[in-house]
Formats: sequence, structure tokens, C-alpha cells
Amino acid sequence: MQLTRNMSKAMKATRRRENLSAYLFLTPALLFFAGFVIFPMGMCLVTSFFNYSMTDFSFIAFDNYVEMFSDPTFGKSLVNTIVIVVVSVPTVCLFSLWVASVIYKMNSFKTSFFRCVFYLPVVTGSVAVTVVWKWIFNNYYGLLNALCKTLGIITKNVNWLGDPAYALWCIIMILFTTSIGQPIVLYVSALGNVDHSLVEAAQVDGATNRQVFWKIKWPQIMPTTLYILIITTINSFQCFALIQLLTNGGPNYATSTIMYYIYYNAFKLNRYGYGSAMGVILAVIIALFSLAQFRLAKNDR
Amino acid sequence: MQKTVPVKKMRVSKPGSDDHSVQKITVYRVICVILLIVMALLFMFPLYWIITGSFKTKQAVISRTPELFPSQFVTTNYESLFQKPAFTWLWNTVLMCAGSMILTCLCAAMAGYPLAKKKFTGRKIVFSVFICAMALPKQVILIPLLKEMAFLKMHDTLWAVILPTVGWPFGVFLMKQFSENIPDEMLEAAKIDGAGEIKTFTHIVFPMIKPGVGALAIFTFITAWNDYFLQLIMLNDTRVLTISLGIAKLQSELSTDYGLIMAGAALGSVPIIIIFLIFQKFFTRGITMGAVKG
Repeated sequence: MQLTRNMSKAMKATRRRENLSAYLFLTPALLFFAGFVIFPMGMCLVTSFFNYSMTDFSFIAFDNYVEMFSDPTFGKSLVNTIVIVVVSVPTVCLFSLWVASVIYKMNSFKTSFFRCVFYLPVVTGSVAVTVVWKWIFNNYYGLLNALCKTLGIITKNVNWLGDPAYALWCIIMILFTTSIGQPIVLYVSALGNVDHSLVEAAQVDGATNRQVFWKIKWPQIMPTTLYILIITTINSFQCFALIQLLTNGGPNYATSTIMYYIYYNAFKLNRYGYGSAMGVILAVIIALFSLAQFRLAKNDR
Repeated sequence: MQKTVPVKKMRVSKPGSDDHSVQKITVYRVICVILLIVMALLFMFPLYWIITGSFKTKQAVISRTPELFPSQFVTTNYESLFQKPAFTWLWNTVLMCAGSMILTCLCAAMAGYPLAKKKFTGRKIVFSVFICAMALPKQVILIPLLKEMAFLKMHDTLWAVILPTVGWPFGVFLMKQFSENIPDEMLEAAKIDGAGEIKTFTHIVFPMIKPGVGALAIFTFITAWNDYFLQLIMLNDTRVLTISLGIAKLQSELSTDYGLIMAGAALGSVPIIIIFLIFQKFFTRGITMGAVKG
């Protein structure tokens, strides 16, 4: 009796010590996380219910949200954002899967060479990439117009970034080049980890390469696909730097995205409350998209 | 007989016998590799255009028939770039990245170990909060973050960029993944030998997760270098501009002096590309281990 009581006492003490040391190890990370991620997230939600500007800070309940849904520019930005996501997410996924499937069986030098090349635009940085593309797309001095003219595709210079018909597609194209680096790295490693015995068994049974790919490899790399879908969705929803540097949302809001419009309202017009409300909605939309993809992928399996 | 069948015909023939499908794959493979090389060239082109552009003359840059290869190499663009405070921009960027990197690695390495190896009360909750936060758009919190930094009197200092970067939970998650691989026996053996928690961490845990820390270090450095939005919001004063902000400033001030802008872009990207190429093995591992599965 005495013995078991002592033992449980000792166990409790060990447990308390474990807890203490665990939290001590966690303290620095938790402090930064709470202070600079969780707290601002909470504040974002709170300020979305306020009319918050340089001069004013008053509670207005849901007025920001009401205004948002009657704001035509917000509507346009939302549509643009969804176009970007709907076009870029599947293309990024399929293209990176294709590149990975071509390179993963090469020798390690070639694989890392191609992996690096496709990662290059990410490392180069959004600003450097954007300024060079701005030059390439330039109306007068750009390479693209000169090239298209030489090839006889166009006869007159096209103002790529100034024309609502092309501007958004230019942005989607650049976004594509800066998005596929990470998915390729992930797919190469996922394809390399596919259970080889299953592939061989299927080949012995006379499965074609295409069958082997879709029936055996595809289900096995599904978790990677899901992860890629979600990170690409989050990144595409947050497309900002390209737009701010290339078009400033113009012409006539043709390339404005939610993230750009948040920036415009919060940091150009100093409407912090309205910007925060849009931020909350953006976070909700992203969460819904991620959840939907998660569900779809689960059902697929 | 098989070999004389024209390739084109084989491509349209349905997959049936083994010979056919093998042949078909070879042709398909050749097409794929050619396409891949073309794409790779296209992906390298912007960088080529930055570097050659930075050596072109003012006339060549605004010529209506762009030169694919500069007919005349000049360094005037770099000379005028360095009349601007370009070295300060670069130095600020390096300080900012190094600060973010050191603090992130320290905090994350310490946090990853208990999350992976200790059974403490509230572990599940703490970990889920970290994961959920990663799924949220981090740019959305920039408005309150700017207010917070202004309140702490830290806006327009490099800390305003460093602290939020350190707070982002990706590093903690990555370190947890690496810490999972530490064998429990080693930790128990250390305990039996009488090693305290700190000693266990510095002598057993840290050496085991060193490759992970390397991966996180390079990942954080590159991410911080390129996090334009955060820098744009937090840093306005000319004394604290980073290279990304510097290039953006050049572009908005002299919109068609592309030679100079490209020189700036080269200065902002070539160092980080070299760092990436040197450490790319670490980097790749970091990305792969950091993937949340399922």
C-alpha cells in the first residue's frame, strides 16, 4: 500500500518534471509564435469589426463585411483571385508531376540540375523576376513584342500589361514560373519512394507503363499531391508582389486580387478595419478550399 | 521485322504486345526530354536577361530590336548602382536574413525536441495550433503586425521583419520531423547516465538533428531574403531598405533605365542563387521533410 502510493507520487513528480522541461524548451518558440502570429491574427479579427483609420477607431459591428459585399472592386478582385487559383493550381500540379516523372529516374546529377533550374525563379526572388518580366513585356522596348513581330504573330505592338485582355494572363504566367519549384522537388522525392515491388509485380502481370503510373504510383503519391494542392492554393490566393510591381492592380482593377486590394485599402487608404475584414474573408475562403481538397483527396483514395 | 515498322505508325498503334509499348515509350521519352530541355531554357532565360541586360548600354536597352547578346559590354550600370546606397541595402538584407536564420533555428530546434520526444500535457493541442496556423495566409496579419511593431517602437528597424519570420511555425514543424528520428534508447541511456535536460539536448539531440537545422537555416535565409511583402510594409526609412526594396525603388523612380534596374536585380539575386546552389542538397531535404503528409 505504502509502496504503491510512493510509486504513484514518484510518477507524478516525474511527470511534473517532464511537463516543466518540455514547456521550458518550447518557451522561446511559443513566445514568438504567440506574439507575432497568434496575437496579430486575433487582432485582425477584432479590428475587422471596427472603423479603424488614422483618425477613427469605433465599433461598427458587421458594417465592413456589408460594405465588402456591395463593393464592386472587391467583387472584381475576388473573381480575379479565383481565376488565378483555378488556372494556376491544376497547371502547376500537372506540369510539376510531368517534370518530376521525366527527371526522377535520371542520374543524380541530371535530376538535381533540372530541379535547380525549375527552382531558379523562386530563389531569384519575386522582385528581380518581376522587374525583368516587366521589361520583357514592355510596350516599346520589350523582347516579347519584338519576338512576336519577327515571328509574324502580331503586326502592331501589344501593350501586354496595359491591356485588360492580357494583363491577368501575364501575371498567371509569371506566377506559374515561380510556383513549380517546390512541387517538383516534392514529386521527385515522392516518386522515388514508391514501393518498387508493387511496380515490378504489375509489370510482370503485363501492365503498361501508363497503367502502372495511374494504378500504382498515383495512389501512393496522393498525400504529396494533396500537400502540393494545398500549398499552391494558399500561395496563389496570396499573389501580391507580382501585381504590386507589375500593374498596381490596373488597368482599371483588371489585375487586382484580394491580397492586392487589402494592401491598397490598408496601406494606401489607411482603412485598416476594412482591410482586416477582407483578410478574415480571405482566410475563410482559403480554409474552405483546403478543406474541400482534403475531402476530395480522401474520397479518391 | 519489328524494327522496320515506322516510328509514326507505332505511336498510333494501340498498346498491345510488349515490344510495341517499349518502343512507344522510347519515342515518348525522347519527346519528353526535348520538351523538358526547352522548358528548362525558358526558365533560365529571365536570369540570362537580367545578367546580360545589366551590361548593356543605355541605347541597347531601349532599342526596339532587343539584342539577344549584348554587342557592347559596359559596366556603367554597376557604377551608377553603387553611387546609390546599394551596399547598404545588401548589408541590411544580410543582417536581416542572418538574424532570422539564427533565431529561427534556435527556437525551432528547442521546440521540435519536446514535441517529438516528450509526453507532456497539452502536446496535441500545442502541435495542432502550430499546424493550423501554417494553413492560414500569413500576409493577412500584416495590418495588425504593423500596428504592433509601431507600438513596440520597432517599425523601420530590421527587427520588424525578423521577429515575425521567427514566429512562423514552419521551422518548429520541420524540427519536430527531424527529432522523431532520434532513438528513444539514446535519450534513456543519457538519463540513466545522469545527464540533465540541457546536457541531453546539447550532447544528444542537437548533434542528431544537425542536418535538419542546416536545412532550416538555408530555407529561412532564402525565404527571408525574398519576403518582399513583409519588408515593404515594415521598412520605409531609407536607412533600413533591403535589396528587394531597393530594386523596387529603382524601378519606380527610373522606369525605363532597364540597364540600371537589371544591375540591381543581379545584385539582389546572384548572391542568393550562389548560396542556394552551394547548399541545395540541404535545401531540398528541408522542403521534402517539411511536407505535411495526409
